[in-house]
Amino acid sequence: MNALLLGLRTIARRPLPAVLTVLLLMLGIATVVVLLLFQREFEDRLGRDARGIDLVVGAKGSGLQLVLSAVFHIDVPTGNAPLSELREIARHPMVASVIPLSLGDAYRGFRIVGTTPAYVEHYAGQFAEGRLWERSMEAVLGSRAARETGLRIGSSFIGAHGLEGDSGFHHDEDPYRVVGVLRETGTVLDRLILVDSASVWEVHAVHDASGTMPAKGGTEGGSGAEDSAANGLPAGDKEVTTMLVRYRTPVAAISLPRAINAGTKLQAASPAQETARLFHLVGTGLDAFRAFAGVLIVASALSLFIALWHAMHEQRYDLAVMRTLGASRGRILRFVLIQGAVLGVAGAALGTALGHAAGWLLAEWLERARSLSLGALGWVPEEGLVVAGAVLIALVAATVPAIRAYRLDVATVLLERR
Amino acid sequence: MVEVENLEHGFGRQTVLDLPSWRVGVGEHCLVVGRSGSGKSTLLHLLAGLATPRAGAVRVAGQDLSALSPSARDHFRGRSVGLLLQTFHLLDTLSVLDNVRLARRLAGLPEDRERCREVLEDLGVADLSRARPSTLSHGQAQRVALARAVVNRPGVILADEPTSSLDDGSCERVAALIEAEAARHGATLVVATHDSRLRGRFERSLSLDAPDGEPAR
Repeated sequence: MNALLLGLRTIARRPLPAVLTVLLLMLGIATVVVLLLFQREFEDRLGRDARGIDLVVGAKGSGLQLVLSAVFHIDVPTGNAPLSELREIARHPMVASVIPLSLGDAYRGFRIVGTTPAYVEHYAGQFAEGRLWERSMEAVLGSRAARETGLRIGSSFIGAHGLEGDSGFHHDEDPYRVVGVLRETGTVLDRLILVDSASVWEVHAVHDASGTMPAKGGTEGGSGAEDSAANGLPAGDKEVTTMLVRYRTPVAAISLPRAINAGTKLQAASPAQETARLFHLVGTGLDAFRAFAGVLIVASALSLFIALWHAMHEQRYDLAVMRTLGASRGRILRFVLIQGAVLGVAGAALGTALGHAAGWLLAEWLERARSLSLGALGWVPEEGLVVAGAVLIALVAATVPAIRAYRLDVATVLLERR
Repeated sequence: MVEVENLEHGFGRQTVLDLPSWRVGVGEHCLVVGRSGSGKSTLLHLLAGLATPRAGAVRVAGQDLSALSPSARDHFRGRSVGLLLQTFHLLDTLSVLDNVRLARRLAGLPEDRERCREVLEDLGVADLSRARPSTLSHGQAQRVALARAVVNRPGVILADEPTSSLDDGSCERVAALIEAEAARHGATLVVATHDSRLRGRFERSLSLDAPDGEPAR
């Protein structure tokens, strides 16, 4: 029966204040842990999705919206951009490569993205089964899109207008056929349905009343001289939603966006800058959460202090008896500090567990909402610091009651009880 | 053996105890009598090193207590002094056996379950080992407290008012029990009491009352 066990039993004798203290600390720590988890996951995930994309070019509008819609696929696009103008940019000497994206339709919440094979290569997509599209109306599914829609190779499906896939309008006449399913990449690719750019034009041409967009015009001669000159852009005079650009040289970051924004009807936005802006905007909200967590932790420290202070008062005879049995002042001090540390460790451990559980639930909820898929919510190194900090705070809060116990005048206490 | 010389102690400006010279030899039993407020408990606390005297010297089992650092004094008390307090003060967070083991542990001795069982057996309370102190009768609790006081084989046993709340028969039994335990361990026994029933039992006694019946000044 050591000091730890004796401390535990002493705490157990008056469980209510101890439980309150542990609960407060648990909530504070859980809040901090959830914040840490999400901050890391968001930064990781957004960083992975935006890697290698230096610039996004699309219709004029909000730069943030353009990046959110084109890179992370969590916002509606700003509009469409004519290939003829994009081709001008793609031919710019500072541009290494471009990937066109055509957005607008979805199937059961998963976006249908008209693009080129370069998009799959960009995220290092590998086929779990099947192959890349070879002709129009063939579709390749990201791993999660495949899993959750239940579509397999050979399945057919019909895209719906709108990105949520719940608008009333369906493209009834044009079923896509699944020809490939990708392995999980841990990127935005997992929750997309990929098709050839031409497929999107085809689908939309059928119900576009204007006959100005021929259904297949210009898409078949895809390997013409004009195409290769356009750095990976399809030929023709159609429109796509946006174009992802990779620079040939970092210097491009200085001049190219300005040139596009000022000299064309299009807009260029840098994912790095826009996500930094997003973090800055979200950061204010996160600060409020952090302050909330701080208040909880301070409240738990106060609660711990009060609980131990009262406990020391009630236990003063026990402490005096321990002294008569040979316990030194230092031992009594440690005994009280151990009780504080036990409460601190309990609160920190439960808080970490609760934080991970809450993080997991939130991630599930986000996945279900199809808005963002977060990876495994594993340990964040900072959590160790949080736990250590919580135990330290508990020890500090226990110090004053411990010193009170240390200074206990045994003879006076024993005389008091007669 | 306990020995004091020119001992003086008090609280504030009031002197509670003034004892020029007093000695109890090894294995001797001595009664300290006096009315309440006469300084009996204070004397026990000084002998146990729980308080530091204003003046004078206290030697317990040959050790000058003032020569020890506070923590060395705590350590010395744990090993060499068995205290039997008026309210027994068993820790209710622990079982009877664990209360006795705690005395071994706090004195820095090996827990030695056998020894703990042995003293409980000697005092007839071994079957209560697992019981909570709050469930014990007054007499049982006193036996457990006595077991705790003697488990480390102290050279000196100090008992504070062990019989004051007992009827005559119990008083007799408890006094005999304490004396027997002290004798079994060859310990010096000092019993502080205002219980006049104990006067005849002890070969030696010290009165802290002044001759005129007032507490000593």
